[in-house]
Amino acid sequence: MNTQEKIKNIISSNDVVLFMKGTPDMPQCGFSMAVANVLKHLEVKFSGINVLEDEEIRNGIKVFSDWPTIPQLYIQGEFVGGCDIVKEMFEKKELQTLFDSKKINYKK
Amino acid sequence: MAIKQQEIEKLLKEGFPDAEIEIQDLAGDDNHFSAKIRSSAFKGKNRVQQHQMVYNSLKGKMGNELHALALTTEEK
Repeated sequence: MNTQEKIKNIISSNDVVLFMKGTPDMPQCGFSMAVANVLKHLEVKFSGINVLEDEEIRNGIKVFSDWPTIPQLYIQGEFVGGCDIVKEMFEKKELQTLFDSKKINYKK
Repeated sequence: MAIKQQEIEKLLKEGFPDAEIEIQDLAGDDNHFSAKIRSSAFKGKNRVQQHQMVYNSLKGKMGNELHALALTTEEK
């Protein structure tokens, strides 16, 4: 399987995937931590992919999403955005609306 | 690697000639910036597309010389 297929596989087998630096419990970058904290705050079950452990994924996800930075959030296979977008959507409750529409459980 | 605020501003102005642009050097280290951009070019685009347009205007510097650019985009 090549990297792009591997990425497709990851985002199609998990409802909520966060490509991040570090792990949800131990983020290695403030921006990754910010997004992980939003998801934790909403008590959303998500899969954290540590790009620091896989150089191919780290570069591949940037190409896959046409997005130059990490973190990157995917919800049901759809790219939602990076740190700025996720924070803004959370503050405007748009993220919560998105979870509602996708029938993904979170703390209301 | 670092980048000067003036350089970011120049690239953004080239990419979005009609835009109102506010840039701040958040840490004073030429590495962490925030930018607020209001442009008519964002009309009809979603946030991901708007941010992609900004990154494209920075010609590959984002994620390289430019480590952090907190972005806010708005339609004008």
